[in-house]
Amino acid sequence: MGVAVAIDRVEKRFAAVQALAGVSLRIDEGEFFGLLGPNGAGKTTLISCLAGLSRPDAGSLAVLGHDVVRDYRAARRLLGVVPQELVFDPFFSVRETLRIQSGYFGIRNNDDWIDEILANLDLVAKADTNMRRLSGGMKRRVLVAQALVHKPPVIVLDEPTAGVDVELRQGLWQFVRRLNRDGHTVILTTHYLEEAESLCGRIAMLKQGRVVALDSTANLLARFAGQTLSLRLAPPAALPRHLAVQATRVDGYWAFPLAGAREVERLLAELRQAGCVIDELRLTQSDLEDVFLGVMHNAADSQSNDR
Amino acid sequence: MTGFRTLLYKEVLRFWKVSFQTIAAPVLTALLYLLIFAHVLEAHVQVHGVPYTAFLIPGLVMMSALQNAFANSSSSLIQSKVTGSVVFVLLPPISYGEFFLAYVVAAMLRGLMVGTGVLLATIWFAVPAVEAPLWILVFILFGGGIMGALGMIAGIWADKFDQLAGFQNFLIMPLTMLSGVFYSIHSLPGFWQQVSHFNPVFYMIDGFRYGFFGVSDVPPETSLAVVGSSFALVSAATLLLLRSGYKLRS
Repeated sequence: MGVAVAIDRVEKRFAAVQALAGVSLRIDEGEFFGLLGPNGAGKTTLISCLAGLSRPDAGSLAVLGHDVVRDYRAARRLLGVVPQELVFDPFFSVRETLRIQSGYFGIRNNDDWIDEILANLDLVAKADTNMRRLSGGMKRRVLVAQALVHKPPVIVLDEPTAGVDVELRQGLWQFVRRLNRDGHTVILTTHYLEEAESLCGRIAMLKQGRVVALDSTANLLARFAGQTLSLRLAPPAALPRHLAVQATRVDGYWAFPLAGAREVERLLAELRQAGCVIDELRLTQSDLEDVFLGVMHNAADSQSNDR
Repeated sequence: MTGFRTLLYKEVLRFWKVSFQTIAAPVLTALLYLLIFAHVLEAHVQVHGVPYTAFLIPGLVMMSALQNAFANSSSSLIQSKVTGSVVFVLLPPISYGEFFLAYVVAAMLRGLMVGTGVLLATIWFAVPAVEAPLWILVFILFGGGIMGALGMIAGIWADKFDQLAGFQNFLIMPLTMLSGVFYSIHSLPGFWQQVSHFNPVFYMIDGFRYGFFGVSDVPPETSLAVVGSSFALVSAATLLLLRSGYKLRS
């Protein structure tokens, strides 16, 4: 397997903000890669640098071995980007938009592939509709279609499901999964962690322009493996101090992280001893959201220790 | 070349789809100028021995062509920047040279179409002679090219529509209106004649008019030299701007 995307010590500063502070990543061909992080972590800046929309202050980026600055023509031909903003050209219909986009990539007579994309994204009925008359979800589909007109081996989706209904989300993922199975490398940024968990084989987490976690999704989940016991106490009972320090308060529940199921009994015994009456109780498996919060929390700790 | 051809096609299609506003409207404006000025001055004024209406027509043709060439590239760029759709031309492997050519040629074509429209609409009032058609073509193309490139600079520089309007109203309009469209600069007081010689648009109009009447305020070779070097200068500036990624690639 070759390297689809090589990012080497990339730095980018916008005025006072260090958007990227030395990011290095290697994404192999055929991967389904997730790029996660809170708002302002640098995900979109990193994608912009990869796509040539921004120029890094230091470091280099390459798509399938082609440097995005020195060899930008080859790099851009191999890359398809779905931008985060819902943008469109109001002068043209869906089909015109896709034909024009094909031409920009040097492809003429692309109608067979355009028809296939339209069918897969459920846009056939809208092919001759002007862009400005489409709903937000439909415009989002056209953005995806535009990124695919030149059959790029590397596809970047920047928040493709933000504000999109469930049906399109399912259809979109089905299509993107198929493209990935067919050998396309997919890089995804999303705020929906359950999407990343079910789709991505490997995940990088960014915070303040740095990679704070990089591992396979399975390893990340294993690292924070365990369960959480959440419970609500019947009033007026309050949680004794020695128990309260073990838990975090979430939406009126006390959440106790557990290393194993065995700890449940100990915890319940202690609660009984303290005279607490449990109103509601649930046991949950940790998911990517817990991993994410854990990683971001740890990153904050280590950064404050640095100072 | 497919990238360039497609971008050119898209730029032409963009103004063609709204041609009522981009071609018909400026033709009407020029026609109104002609009706008013010809009505007032035809009986009183001759320039270079040419009746005033006939003298005015080439000036109006060129002025409309220049203003619309500028409007084309500048409005296309500012619109796509404001709406964000500029990413569609920034993501593909289009070189900045191709980018420049596509926008400038589209601007020239719009200028040429508007100019032709003005000529056809005004021909009912007076038929200007055509002494040297090659000069006509050369000057309208160079003029459109200069204004198309200037429009690119303005469109790249401006972040908002009102900044672009400022550029248009306080630079392009005075330069074109005070370029000798409506008069021969020989009729101006000495000081203003000198000032006019620093306005490159004056040479575009004067050289263009020479193609019709075979007479002009300055020799057409001088005008060609000024217009040619202006084109080279503005083009070089635009290309440098595009290569640097100024305001397009952060």
